[in-house]
Amino acid sequence: MFAYILRRVLYAIPILVGVNLLTFLLFFVVNTPDDMARLQLGAKHVTQEAIERWKVEHGYDKPLLLNHQATGAARFTDTIYFRHSATMFAFEFGKGDDGRDIGNEIRTRMLPSLAIALPVFVIGLLANISFALLMVFFRSTYLDLWGVVLCVVLMSISGLFYIIAGQYFIAKLWNLLPISGFAAGLDAFKFVLLPVLVGLVSGIGSGARWYRTIFLEEIGKDYVRTARAKGLSETRVLFTHVLKNGMIPILTGAVVVLPLLFMGSLITESFFGIPGLGSYTIDAIQAQDFPVVRAMVFLGAVLYIVGLILTDISYSWVDPRVRLQ
Amino acid sequence: MSAIQPVILWTDALVFVLVAAGVALTLYIRRHAHLRAPWGEVARRPMAAGAALVLLAFVTVGLLDSLHYRERLPDSPPDKPQYSVEVLSAFDALVGTLRTRQEKTYSAPLAMHLYAKEFVERDGAAVRVYPRLKYGGAHLADEAGRMPDIARRVMLGIAQGVSVAFLVFGALAAWQAARRKQRYGEWLADWGQGRLGWPGRTVVLVVALLATTVAVLLHLAAGYHVLGTDKVGQDVLYISLKSIRTGLVIGTLTTLVTLPLAIGLGIAAGYFRGWVDDVIQYVYTVLNSIPGVLLIAAAVLIVQVYIESRPELFDTAAARADIRLLALCLIMGVTSWTSLARLLRGESLKLRTLDYVEAARAFGVSHTRIIGRHIFPNVFHLVLIAIVIDFSGLVLAEAVLSYVGVGVDPTMYSWGNMINGARLELAREPVVWWQLGAAFVFMFALVLAANLFADGVRDAFDPRMGGRR
Amino acid sequence: MSGLLRVENLAVEIDGARVVDGVTFGVAAGETYALLGESGCGKSMTALALMRLLPDGGQLVSGTIRLGDTDVRTLSERNMRTVRGGRMGMIFQEPMLALNPVLKVGYQIGEALTLHRGLTGLAAQEAARALLDAVGVPDPARRLDSYPFELSGGLRQRAMIAMALAGEPDLLIADEPTTALDVTIQAQVLDLLRSLRSARGMGMLLITHDLGVVAENADRVGVMYAGELIEEGARTDFFAAPQHPYSRMLFAALPQPGRGRLATLAGQVPRPGEMPHGCRFAARCPHAVQRCRLESPDWQTLGTQRVRCHFAGQLDGHSRPAVPAEADVARAGESAETPLLAVDDLKVHFQIRRGFIQRTVGHVRAVDGVSLAVSAGRTLALVGESGCGKTTVGKALLDLVVPTAGSIRFGGETLAAGNLARLRRQAQMVFQDPFGSLNPRMRVADILLEGMEALEVGDAAQRREAVAHLLRQVGLPDDAGERYPHAFSGGQRQRIAIARALAVSPRLMICDEPTSALDVSVQAQILNLLKDLQAELGLAYLFITHNLAVVDYLAHEIAVMYLGRIVESGPAAEVLRAPRHPYAQALVAAIPRIDAAAPARPRLAGDQPSPLDPPAGCHFHPRCPHAGDVCRQRYPEETHLGDRIVRCHWVAGVTG
Repeated sequence: MFAYILRRVLYAIPILVGVNLLTFLLFFVVNTPDDMARLQLGAKHVTQEAIERWKVEHGYDKPLLLNHQATGAARFTDTIYFRHSATMFAFEFGKGDDGRDIGNEIRTRMLPSLAIALPVFVIGLLANISFALLMVFFRSTYLDLWGVVLCVVLMSISGLFYIIAGQYFIAKLWNLLPISGFAAGLDAFKFVLLPVLVGLVSGIGSGARWYRTIFLEEIGKDYVRTARAKGLSETRVLFTHVLKNGMIPILTGAVVVLPLLFMGSLITESFFGIPGLGSYTIDAIQAQDFPVVRAMVFLGAVLYIVGLILTDISYSWVDPRVRLQ
Repeated sequence: MSAIQPVILWTDALVFVLVAAGVALTLYIRRHAHLRAPWGEVARRPMAAGAALVLLAFVTVGLLDSLHYRERLPDSPPDKPQYSVEVLSAFDALVGTLRTRQEKTYSAPLAMHLYAKEFVERDGAAVRVYPRLKYGGAHLADEAGRMPDIARRVMLGIAQGVSVAFLVFGALAAWQAARRKQRYGEWLADWGQGRLGWPGRTVVLVVALLATTVAVLLHLAAGYHVLGTDKVGQDVLYISLKSIRTGLVIGTLTTLVTLPLAIGLGIAAGYFRGWVDDVIQYVYTVLNSIPGVLLIAAAVLIVQVYIESRPELFDTAAARADIRLLALCLIMGVTSWTSLARLLRGESLKLRTLDYVEAARAFGVSHTRIIGRHIFPNVFHLVLIAIVIDFSGLVLAEAVLSYVGVGVDPTMYSWGNMINGARLELAREPVVWWQLGAAFVFMFALVLAANLFADGVRDAFDPRMGGRR
Repeated sequence: MSGLLRVENLAVEIDGARVVDGVTFGVAAGETYALLGESGCGKSMTALALMRLLPDGGQLVSGTIRLGDTDVRTLSERNMRTVRGGRMGMIFQEPMLALNPVLKVGYQIGEALTLHRGLTGLAAQEAARALLDAVGVPDPARRLDSYPFELSGGLRQRAMIAMALAGEPDLLIADEPTTALDVTIQAQVLDLLRSLRSARGMGMLLITHDLGVVAENADRVGVMYAGELIEEGARTDFFAAPQHPYSRMLFAALPQPGRGRLATLAGQVPRPGEMPHGCRFAARCPHAVQRCRLESPDWQTLGTQRVRCHFAGQLDGHSRPAVPAEADVARAGESAETPLLAVDDLKVHFQIRRGFIQRTVGHVRAVDGVSLAVSAGRTLALVGESGCGKTTVGKALLDLVVPTAGSIRFGGETLAAGNLARLRRQAQMVFQDPFGSLNPRMRVADILLEGMEALEVGDAAQRREAVAHLLRQVGLPDDAGERYPHAFSGGQRQRIAIARALAVSPRLMICDEPTSALDVSVQAQILNLLKDLQAELGLAYLFITHNLAVVDYLAHEIAVMYLGRIVESGPAAEVLRAPRHPYAQALVAAIPRIDAAAPARPRLAGDQPSPLDPPAGCHFHPRCPHAGDVCRQRYPEETHLGDRIVRCHWVAGVTG
């Protein structure tokens, strides 16, 4: 088990190198520091001096990969790649264009992100499973048919609509909850409630429908007939036999996104003014703050890979047939 | 010496290539019984058939809107014609004045007055009032006549829509009865009891609804701004309809980019295994591990820089917006092929062990031929299902990306831009809701139809995935 | 009749199609009633209807089911649950699928104990252990904590039986309980079921397609055809003189020693919903007259037998060995000159990678030093149970898996990369599963053309000509080429697969269990076809199978494989009549026979070990009744006994 995890962690390194190189390619090669400077300085007819000044200020005046002027190790270290990309492996992200330390921002913004994303994830999972089980229990009836139609309708509505409608009706018109904002500690509760509610509603359509398909597939299997032949009641068959098998793909599918919850949700956080990583990212994109975007890409990749490893572990945990060597 | 100069934008060309491919595929399928059978199954499902009709209406608008041209300037010399920089489409020509009847700023749906007070000179004194609209309800003398006029137009529209529907139904009945060598009455009885073998009742109902909606809209739009006007006074109905093309282009062209990557790499990984599989899996794990929005954002920012630094390449604003739309499709395609590729890899892994593949290998059949004849035809249904399922997701994603600021060009008509532009107006008192509402309703209609159709396709092509009803 | 179960006029519909129609029979306490029939005749649906476990869309349309004095059909669902698993237990065909993969065996048995006997906790655990013990699971206390995937196929089926017995049922329904098992395991499980039935005085409803299983296990037999029960009677009378033409056909189609060409019937079982008027067998019946097609026959009683046939008792006596063995030229002829195929010391090892850097930690020796020879016009049967490596041998011959060592020679030429393309034409394969071996998206003509195109046989016109010829040769209609595989039945598909192999005119055909997925009557057609083709074209067959009866009918030589090695080989007739290797003896003994009055024969204990970790010394020694010390240490050398080669210390006389 330990050897297995170690191997998976080592496997992750080439992936991270790939991510790192890809972002480097996108941000420094395809799109040269000169382009960036022009974009940042705005005006169409900036002078070359202004561009050079901007590059020096941001440390983009070095060669990309190899510094022929330098000697020794500095040939490799005194480059844009080493200064701006390779440092990420040490989780040193440097400063954003606004001059703030990115690592610091990430640390302080993680919790608010989690405060929204975790409840949406946990409650959403439970709600989706319950709804799916309900439909499966009443399969081949009108309840099931209309349940599926409801799911399709819910998933056909834009997520933006849920947010805007939620803010407009619940917060603005009926004044039940604050429209947006965040507070530390327990006061956060009233700010968290609405975004979580919106997150649940926008996820239940596709979630419940997907789980229903999983359960229905299980219910057609031979072991269900065996369980019925034993004399078990339909509820018992559903809740012990079917649920236990159906949970394998559901849980392992959910585990992948677990670490990514730290990253928060871009849209939700931005609409509700939550000072989390999602709104941080979206602000960076809109301000074209490349160092922050690069840092978030790398962080996202790391968390995704952690998710993959957790998935494998959870497989061996919920499915006795899978044993990690 | 024509009065217009056709313009073929990049996306137009690709859209028509897609249409041509669709037609060719349809003809091919028609000639093969085993390919035709599941489509027949789709057509027999009422939900899917109804949804297909609605989709067809959207596609018609989108295709009309893809026939672009530029008008000749009226005062240009005949030997050296000059054309307007404004790129119009066949759709614009059809809807006529809907495009040109611009008000000053916001006005509510079917209103006669602007939504903002203005100082108006009246009897020599400046008073702050809601001024009358230039076009909306301009034919009316006063507010009192508005409601009756609207009601009259609605009734007229319904009457015409229903009669058109009846005409269509009559023609259908005549054609079908003749084909099935039945009497009129017998066919009607079969139709009424749903014994046609295809969902006749749903089809007729949807056609009637569509015809009525169109007729009512036509009558209302002649005198009013049916869905109000936006900040610069443009008709919201017009904007919403123009946005259909954007949505369709994103939903289809993106998949077009995805397919070669997903099919080629997915099947290669599953069929060849070994190092090919390792490399492909590595590539898609790397791509997958970068959060999608961020990857798209990074790429879009770069494209933006490229376009802005080379203004000389694009002669019209439309061409510039179009190339950005195409770039968006490309980027979303390149970032979203992984899930289908993974699915196809798994399926190819299974297929390659099947006896008929082994039998082919025992004959020494080449790999390309095995993939072409044995693997690809047997995973094609998965590709098809992925196309229809991805479509709705892509339409929805457009809105989100526009909000993030990495969507289509801000000058382009799109539901995402409508939502993005109107979002801030929610804070106004009283609220400006119609622009948001229109965008959401149009998007919902398209996505719901696409989803219902996708459901039908999935159930028909892969009964295992759909489950029993 | 002291009826435990009484079924009257049972009718079942699935999505409107009638799959069981007017079935009436009874099972007495302590007796085994066998429902016999080919696939699709409605026997499984009958069983599920008794349990009221019909699949979605299935409906019990009419009839009564009485268990003791309970009317099963009118019970409320709640009361029915006490009958299911309580008074009626059921065993299913595929034990891997029928057990819940993520619940422990002990838990799955315990569920039934709690439900029907109110046992919980330690008491339930003890009862479950006792049950596993009773069904012959070794080390039952430990097995309670096993998951189904940790058990072998035979143990899984035993666990399944333990589960069905947990409610102490009066009636046990066994739906093809041994079809998915190897023949030696089948014998063990059937023995177990017999002893359990007599020990517990249960009634048993045994559903099977295998006459041999019926002969050894049943007291009374009911034959089903196309949803109807068409004949019923005591076992001895039925086997002495089957009355219905269909029953007789089942016997005639069975390959048996000393029989010539198999009798076959054209056509197939009519599909539910397309049932003809009158007698449902009329279309295929050699005796049918106009009356049969118009009027459905009634039951006629003849002694202990009842039959639904207009000609009951009027047909001439049942002639068992009807056709005398035909003069089998090839069989009599000696194997001369150089063999067409000569395999020497073939090894196929698969690597097992494990650990931190995935280093190879061992090998699965799927094929471990196999030598074979087949001559033109002759058939070599490669026999063994699943997992013994026989299919891998076939695939290695066609380069579908890469051999680790050994040489393969076709017509004296050693197979190498250079002549692979040319030698490919010499050998082709026919696969087991007629549904998986044809690409559903290709027309039959294209399937047949594929090999000719790949190997560039003839020009386009000649190939088209060849397709027409091939279709006729395997007995398919001329228009078959334009259709897709789904339009054909299993037997017809297997004909297409044979035609595909024949398309490149090979000299050797590797047949990998070509009939094991087919019904007896269809199997007979395919076997006859193979035999005709051999006589006509002088083909050599490497016939890979587990079915010894088929071997007897078709093969000239036989090679018995156990865990990757050949343990006995020689002329087929001799080896089957008097096997020498203890494994071959057990294999022959395990076949259920329809003629012998089931003499007590030695049964093989235990399971075939994993090829991953074969026992030291002779691989067979843990299961061998004659094993001595030598057997545990050294793999035996070849012992030549006339034409025969046996690898066994006991046969060689070393063990003393």
